[in-house]
Amino acid sequence: MAIHEHDVIVVGAGGAGLRAAIAAQEEGADVALVSKLHPVRSHTGAAEGGINAALREGDSWEDHAYDTMKGSDYLGDAPAIETLCQDSPRETMQLEHWGMAFSRDDDGRVSQRPFGGLSFPRTTYAGAETGHHLLHTMYQQVIKRGIRVYDEHYVMNLAVTDHDDPEDRQCYGCVAYDIKTGDVNGFTANDGVVIATGGTGQMYDHTTNAVANTGDGAAMAYRAGAPLEDMEFVQFHPTTLPSTGVLITEGVRGEGGILYNTEGERFMFERGYANNVGELASRDVVARAELTEINEGRGFEDDHVLLDMRHLGEERITDRLENIIHLSKDFEGVDPLEEPMRVKPGQHYEMGGIETDENGATCIDGLYAAGECACVSVHGANRLGGNALPELIVFGARAGRHAARRDRAEARIETGPSAKSEDGSIDTPVTPGEVGATGEDVVADGGSRAADGGALLDAPAGEVVERAVERERARVERLMEREGVNHAEIRGDLQKSMTDHVNVFRQEEGLKQALEDIHECRERYRDVAVSDPSRTYNTDIIQTIETRNLIDLAEALTMGALARTEFRGAHWRKEHQERKDDEWIKHTIVQWNGGRPELYYKPVILEGEEKTYEPKVRSY
Amino acid sequence: MSTQITEREEESTESEPETETEAGAETAPARQRRMDEKRRRAADRETERERERAGIEGDTRTLKVFRYDPEVEGKEEPRFDEFTVPYRKGMTVLDALIYARDHYDSSLTFRHSCRQAICGSDAFFINGSQRLGCKTQLSDLSNPVRVEPLPHQEVVKDLVVDMQHFYDQMDAVEPYFQGDDVPGELEEQRQSRENREKIKMSTRCIWCGACMSSCNIAAGNNDYLGPAAINKAYQFAMDEREGEAVKQERLEILEQEQGVWRCQTQFSCTEVCPKDIPLTEHIQELKREAVKNNLKFW
Ligand SMILES: Cc1cc2nc3c(=O)[nH]c(=O)nc-3n(C[C@H](O)[C@H](O)[C@H](O)COP(=O)(O)OP(=O)(O)OC[C@H]3O[C@@H](n4cnc5c(N)ncnc54)[C@H](O)[C@@H]3O)c2cc1C
Ligand code: SF4
Ligand code: FES
Repeated sequence: MAIHEHDVIVVGAGGAGLRAAIAAQEEGADVALVSKLHPVRSHTGAAEGGINAALREGDSWEDHAYDTMKGSDYLGDAPAIETLCQDSPRETMQLEHWGMAFSRDDDGRVSQRPFGGLSFPRTTYAGAETGHHLLHTMYQQVIKRGIRVYDEHYVMNLAVTDHDDPEDRQCYGCVAYDIKTGDVNGFTANDGVVIATGGTGQMYDHTTNAVANTGDGAAMAYRAGAPLEDMEFVQFHPTTLPSTGVLITEGVRGEGGILYNTEGERFMFERGYANNVGELASRDVVARAELTEINEGRGFEDDHVLLDMRHLGEERITDRLENIIHLSKDFEGVDPLEEPMRVKPGQHYEMGGIETDENGATCIDGLYAAGECACVSVHGANRLGGNALPELIVFGARAGRHAARRDRAEARIETGPSAKSEDGSIDTPVTPGEVGATGEDVVADGGSRAADGGALLDAPAGEVVERAVERERARVERLMEREGVNHAEIRGDLQKSMTDHVNVFRQEEGLKQALEDIHECRERYRDVAVSDPSRTYNTDIIQTIETRNLIDLAEALTMGALARTEFRGAHWRKEHQERKDDEWIKHTIVQWNGGRPELYYKPVILEGEEKTYEPKVRSY
Repeated sequence: MSTQITEREEESTESEPETETEAGAETAPARQRRMDEKRRRAADRETERERERAGIEGDTRTLKVFRYDPEVEGKEEPRFDEFTVPYRKGMTVLDALIYARDHYDSSLTFRHSCRQAICGSDAFFINGSQRLGCKTQLSDLSNPVRVEPLPHQEVVKDLVVDMQHFYDQMDAVEPYFQGDDVPGELEEQRQSRENREKIKMSTRCIWCGACMSSCNIAAGNNDYLGPAAINKAYQFAMDEREGEAVKQERLEILEQEQGVWRCQTQFSCTEVCPKDIPLTEHIQELKREAVKNNLKFW
């Protein structure tokens, strides 16, 4: 058994992971990045729009914070939001100092543009490829600093002690499957583990996320005892290409593109979804309108609507939206100068995630998280465009720094079960959590109740890591050995149920149906098997494990969605059409609780450094 | 279409669980029931899949995919497998591969992630040229579509090639910014629009390796830096934010024996680059810079 030892292990090498690794290295730690993809393949590279940072005169971090809190529909925590807005200018300039190719104004300064929900044009960008530049710039620093990268290493689980209370647990490392060789190896972290595994879009059958965005890190942290926060808040983007989920920027509607249905109606106006602004309404409004049209039989092939920009003329289109022509042609086979583009809503961003404080620390000692997999919470119920990339660099850096110090720095945001303010209760048709308790299945599906000796409490790090490696080895063996269901069928059914019931529209009955479907997925997953017999580059096994992670997360998300009986931000409930501030300004927390997920709430912190944010109606 | 080998199938039928303690947790009848249930469900699903397979009507496309696995019997010798997939408008080569894997053979192996030409994972040799699977419409190709791993790179398995050499070449040009006078914490280094525009195309590289695979020179000479690495160096050498001294160092790296002078301007890299980077032009420009530079020091 190979055990690699480093001070800090960063799981994931997208924007958040790379920034964390650099920060930890600057603290003097010996750092390793462990990533299932080579760093430059991470989905941060797909971000187009930009990075919000109050850099200019006339702008201030306070204004950025105000906009973010309002955008969050008062579900973001002020200490997190204020930290984001205070640190973003410095972190953004840090990228420039590392050579990032930002777009430039005439005076040679970095360009900024307006973005939805912002009171100042503070979205700092590099063409339509901001994420690509951000990712590559930071990877260059990793090369320069000689930070060790274990690429194409799939992290299967964390090595954590067994204390009853997650707040007493210690994280000592993780276990990774070397994709090229099939070896299962241990990674011991002397100081800390930072999880930065990105989004969870693969829960849905249609998403702007990458195939690799399967929420592995969030699922692992969840099973290790770190709670998931506000998972029900999922942002859907209204204009994605139907066959791939590739995102078509709001810019098309901004320039005057129009949406219509099979009746040839400009439905945003004609069906009264947004009488004043029509296509320019906010993301969630447009997404719901499109789906209503499709559900009521006015969609094309019962699947999508059309977005037409031909009337803008070739010149204007080529001048301002040239990349859209390429995207539509390359990925959908449609030339938007000749015919309208097909579009439909797609999953875009998971606002919730692993509960952390403003230093990136979870309630488990030695375990940190940053980026889209984490929930600090900056975005609350709704993320503003351009606020995710600054989150990566601001909280990535903080998580890396604190992991290197293995300190429990003071934080205003509380984490773990002790932060609970209220028990939750939901009426579920099936009992959520692990099904069946037979040893063999539990081993194969990565369950936590494997019978392999007593609980490890005060055991040394090495022992905890070794046991974790043994467990994961047994899991791989079991999955390879037996025959059974192909994970792709289970994943397909999970995605379908989530898309049918836990999408833009949510209603009690559908959410319950989803919980039943998820339960059924769990049942079937007991029979999952990998049919590729090879140890060499076995992606079958990776995807099989990913599917288990998706199931865990989908369930937590759906539980939150069922519990939250109000309409706030991205979370829409048919039976509950208004925001209920008296009752619902609180975070939804789901804690794994050894396989029996438990729902509870913790307060939202609206008190900032200098002022308290008063909930207002979110209208623009 | 299956690559499952008989040996393995025999092995996996009803083998006793290895870990006794675990099996003991379940009573015999319960276990029997579960096994029956499992078989029943497996059978149900198989029929369903059969139906699905038979149900492919209308437009289809056929992929001929290169298969190789050093440790699986029947795959040690490279071969081509055929997969017929239902076609719909907008379908890419990557979509077809995913369909084939998820419906016919879960051991079919290829890298992919973003599905939008930004992660650079899925450069394959498609109908005889280097292209990204996700950026290639089936409608633009003649049927059947032949999909092979990138030539001139060691094949790990199926369509997966070893990228290490490519990464090593990238590393060899010091692929990181080396600005010398960074202003205050909250202030940027100035850069003119023109200069940013000049380096723009060079910054688009997604490390897919298509260019390197298409280059005859690189194929015959492992030490040649290759188009992608030279382009990376171009990005920094031309960036006015780096000082003159660094530029000198960069030109020295590029001018060495295995640098720019190896390029014979065949344009194959430029033709295959999915990000339309004018690679050959950049290499030519660096040659001119190098000459100018040498004259200056004479
Ligand atoms: C199309 C698109 C456009 C966007 N545009 C913008 C924008 O303009 N502005 C903005 O602010 N935000 C934008 N966003 C959101 C933002 O880009 C993402 O939230 C952010 O990039 C996520 O970064 P990350 O570092 O958390 O994760 P990622 O970049 O997804 O990286 C995840 C990393 O984790 C690794 N990993 C995952 N699982 C494992 C495992 N089991 N073992 C080992 N490694 C693992 C992967 O290999 C990868 O390196 C956009 C998102 C999309 C999809
Ligand atoms: S230069 Fe073009 S072809 Fe070569 S690696 Fe970069 S993107 Fe790929
Ligand atoms: S899948 Fe990312 S480039 Fe094709």
